[in-house]
Amino acid sequence: MKNYRYVARSKSIAARALGDETMVMSASDSTLFTLNEVASVIWAAADGVTPLDEIVAKKICAQYDIAPEVAMKDAEAIVEGLADHGLLLLSDQPLTEPGSSRREAP
Amino acid sequence: MSGLIVEMAAKALKLNIPLTVQLDLTYRCNERCIHCYLDHDDHGEMTTAEIKDLLDQMADAGVFYLTISGGEIMMRRDFFEILEHARARTFSINLKTNGVLIRKKEAARLRELGVEQIQISIYSHRAEVHDAITKMPGSFRQSIEAVRFLRAQGLRVTMANVLMVQNSHDYQSVKALAAELDAKFIIDPTVTPMMDGDRSILNLNVDQATLQGVFRDGALVGNVEEFCTPPRSVDEEALNMLPCSAGHTACYVSPYGDVYPCVQFPLPSGNVRRTKFVDIWRDSPQLKEVRSITLRDMPSCSQCTHGATCTRCPGLAYLEGNMRGPSSQDCEKSYARTGIPSENYKARHVAPQSLQSLNLVQIQGLQPAVGNIPAKMTEGIEAGL
Repeated sequence: MKNYRYVARSKSIAARALGDETMVMSASDSTLFTLNEVASVIWAAADGVTPLDEIVAKKICAQYDIAPEVAMKDAEAIVEGLADHGLLLLSDQPLTEPGSSRREAP
Repeated sequence: MSGLIVEMAAKALKLNIPLTVQLDLTYRCNERCIHCYLDHDDHGEMTTAEIKDLLDQMADAGVFYLTISGGEIMMRRDFFEILEHARARTFSINLKTNGVLIRKKEAARLRELGVEQIQISIYSHRAEVHDAITKMPGSFRQSIEAVRFLRAQGLRVTMANVLMVQNSHDYQSVKALAAELDAKFIIDPTVTPMMDGDRSILNLNVDQATLQGVFRDGALVGNVEEFCTPPRSVDEEALNMLPCSAGHTACYVSPYGDVYPCVQFPLPSGNVRRTKFVDIWRDSPQLKEVRSITLRDMPSCSQCTHGATCTRCPGLAYLEGNMRGPSSQDCEKSYARTGIPSENYKARHVAPQSLQSLNLVQIQGLQPAVGNIPAKMTEGIEAGL
């Protein structure tokens, strides 16, 4: 069971959209990642105050032909993977200032 | 480069996105390096507000890799304000500096802001040689201290060694010093003309024999046999090759807002004080012309045995008078690397006696040129070596 509801982009990254993908570089080890179209949508919406389920409902399910349960499961896998690399912050409380009051992914 | 970076660069090329920009904040400097290609007077630098607006425009245009250079970047009192703004726009940032003004406090701030890498020029492991090149007593000690401060913060530091007559025997010791300080080392075997076209500083370049020695130093180039292998023939695929990223996925912006294809390719292509950055990038006739040029369009280089493998710099060719022509410094470098003269090299070195005597000064100016990598664009040599 996940113990977070909010997702926020870390301040310790460099990132830029490149077409429908997103380049993200970790400042800690300079590893470069590319996010596919769906992961890019989540990344762009990860403002720390919009709950993940709302992002999935409004940004994923509204744009892609996918069942909400499947979309949510995929979204959790994406955000937890990004959090493992320190690119996203996960919290059960809104993260109004990304980088503070954060909790790592379970 | 990693496969992912190559893939992203290819995508940026396809989408016409300026993935990489070098922004010089100032040409002012606290050193007076003998090989520097810049005029250090301030002719009206962009204000803090102008630079912040430009950074916003560049982020919106898709710029990811941002190199902030100069001049000496720390000469700008608003340097950290600018850097903070740039990081807020999530650029991946490389800094080029002499490090003289970086002490513990500045190093800590750079760490806080998440700078990707800092490149510091170290010309010799001997203070007297380094300081004679920078014309600033004590600069070696201060630059090395900066390396230590930055490394203590865990920041990635590259020590860049520009090779010239004055320090031609020192690069191996500088490399050892970099290893001792846990910094990366790159060597740049090329002194390039000044941005205004003045070629007088080219006489600082090392000779062919020294260059050959560098290219055959396995500690620098890795597999010497592979690095110095004779060129492959020019085929159809090679004829469609683009010269380099300048103007294709990269460009340069001067402290005055002038946009060029590259710092070493001073073809005026627009000014961000008059035109939006993205409009210059997309619509500048000069950049469009640069993008249109393939090896096929280069009368001399397309016929040259080195055509497919040469590290020809279009900016240096432009500085010689023709962006579709050869870059003599690259011809020298190809010869030093492989022992096989380029078409241009042969033409220059067997010039008729009458021509030599009539154009003595001009020909002398071309003789010592070696290599193609601009003094401030050392990423190329890092990959090339």
